[in-house]
Amino acid sequence: MAKARKPKLAVWKFSSCDGCQLSLLDCEDELLAVAGSVDIAYFLEATRAELPGPYDVSLVEGSITTPHDAERIHKVRRQSKVLITIGACATTGGIQALRNFKDVDAFIGAVYAHPDFIDTLAKSTAIRDHVHVDFELSGCPINKEQLLEVLNAHLNGRKPNVPAHSQCIECKRAGTVCVMVSRGEPCLGPVTQAGCGNLCPACGRGCFGCYGPKETPNTTSLAAWLANTQGLSQRQVRHQFRGITAGADAFRKESEAHD
Amino acid sequence: MSAKQKSESAARVVPADGLDALIRALARAGYTTIGPRVEDGAVTYRPVGSAADLPLDMVDEQGGGTYRLRASKGAGYFAHVVGPHSWKRYLYPPRQLMWRASRARSGFAVEAPEPAADKLAFIGVRACELRAMEIQDRVFDNGQFTDPGYRARRAAALVVAVNCGRAGDTCFCVSAGGGPRVEDGYDILLTEFPGKDHTFLVQAGSARGARVVKALRGGRDAGEADLRAAQRRTDAAAKAMGRELAGDAPQVLRENLEHPHWQRVAERCLNCANCTMVCPTCFCSTVEDVTALDGSHAERWRTWDSCFTTDFSYIHGGAIRRGGAARYRQWITHKLASWHEQFGTSGCTGCGRCITWCPVGIDITEEVRALAARGGRK
Ligand code: SF4
Ligand code: SF4
Ligand code: SF4
Ligand code: SF4
Repeated sequence: MAKARKPKLAVWKFSSCDGCQLSLLDCEDELLAVAGSVDIAYFLEATRAELPGPYDVSLVEGSITTPHDAERIHKVRRQSKVLITIGACATTGGIQALRNFKDVDAFIGAVYAHPDFIDTLAKSTAIRDHVHVDFELSGCPINKEQLLEVLNAHLNGRKPNVPAHSQCIECKRAGTVCVMVSRGEPCLGPVTQAGCGNLCPACGRGCFGCYGPKETPNTTSLAAWLANTQGLSQRQVRHQFRGITAGADAFRKESEAHD
Repeated sequence: MSAKQKSESAARVVPADGLDALIRALARAGYTTIGPRVEDGAVTYRPVGSAADLPLDMVDEQGGGTYRLRASKGAGYFAHVVGPHSWKRYLYPPRQLMWRASRARSGFAVEAPEPAADKLAFIGVRACELRAMEIQDRVFDNGQFTDPGYRARRAAALVVAVNCGRAGDTCFCVSAGGGPRVEDGYDILLTEFPGKDHTFLVQAGSARGARVVKALRGGRDAGEADLRAAQRRTDAAAKAMGRELAGDAPQVLRENLEHPHWQRVAERCLNCANCTMVCPTCFCSTVEDVTALDGSHAERWRTWDSCFTTDFSYIHGGAIRRGGAARYRQWITHKLASWHEQFGTSGCTGCGRCITWCPVGIDITEEVRALAARGGRK
């Protein structure tokens, strides 16, 4: 039975670097299959053609940082049957959420010649804080395999294989030697969601937490270990948790506990 | 006495370079030789082409949440103990294809891959690791249930065991019941005598092992004195165990299922699952279905899973074990207590991996002790 019409896909950008949208373009071979399975109705990074809504699936990249963003995301939601957020910005507020811990007006004054032209919110927030989100795909940037998996699962009516467990499980399945245990390298892997494909530990680096908190993250215990056993200062512990996903609740609370 | 005669007839003492000859002989016999190598600061199990690939004169210092290698002149090839890898990686790989299905004219054509059983030779298998294999045999090939892939890989694998001459700081095979002396289950058994007169006692434990041992050149047939010297090596390791498991661990756990101490463990436990991933007997897995975008093709994969994740205990309505207290209790009581009822043995070999590779150093032997003390049992 041929389907009456292909699902309409839209890709939206808010405050972000475009890296996650690029992951979709980076799918290359698979992109053709995606393009064959959906009508790409709105995707400015890839095409100027714009089809009017409503859309079956909206991928949303970026965080909400301006009053205009805060309004526009509601328009996107209204036009979308399924809304999937992609990347650390959309799911946690992103690296720009570092400003949430400071006075944003002071930054604007220091950076811009005409601060009065700048219309921005005090905080950078996740899409979930503004509208209902059907699925969140984390990462900075997202893993293109995971993006394909999410689209694929949606198109085939099944649950995506995007586990919420720790980065450590990725390390161990891959056979990567733990950098915490073998070198005393601070690593956020035990509290960070898997998905990157084990990038940093496999290169001998601790995990930066790009994928945000895993399910049931025990940040307090990890922070205590980093401080008491690995000798990190309060400031260093704070910086561990205040990175790309600083705005994620569990990481925000842990970094604030070390202010 | 005939068994002894048999082992003596295929027992030889060879100079240290006999190890290299052994590895090469196995390769010539068509085996892919896997053994200990230094990789990223730890001894892991990877393909080895010659004795030069092995961690000569390297000793591991292990503790709760810490592992460091250090050079130790004259220590020999097997002075390290067990590292983050176990042979489970090869006998029960982290990711296995179970079947694939393609859309046919009517319905689906399902195809399950034949269990591939590459001829692997495991070099440097410790007593605790042989025990782990026996424990996993009871899970995957127990007369009632058989995992064909596991069985094929296990049957094809040739085991070159090694007696431990040194115990690690997190080892407790003696109190866990088995080790550090290799008793059986091997094709070839090595005992290393490091030092100036660096030699190996090489014993055969099977016909295919004996063929390899007999073909080794140089050295001499082993005698009683050599076997006694080997015994002294493992006796020394047995006396130097880094940890000890309380003998009444199963009872302590059974009697303390509701105990405030579980909450104290939960305060430290990260639910990261490292302990279960490194444990050579943990066998839990999950299945993932992947589909082609157009729905023409599907595959089912089995991957290592852990009782420390939320999804693991997910049933209709939510996860049963929502936090660290319930998950740690599940793990340790299964491993040390209910495993007995289920498989007729403990699930723990005393290898110490879960202690060393826990990022926050949670120690299975300590937790049992703490429960016993706080629970009023001595
Ligand atoms: S390197 Fe980091 S992510 Fe990997 S096992 Fe160790 S603590 Fe976990
Ligand atoms: S637990 Fe025992 S058999 Fe295993 S490595 Fe340590 S001493 Fe050897
Ligand atoms: S429970 Fe720990 S000590 Fe026992 S076999 Fe597993 S990893 Fe080794
Ligand atoms: S006991 Fe240690 S290794 Fe196991 S889940 Fe808890 S923190 Fe992770």
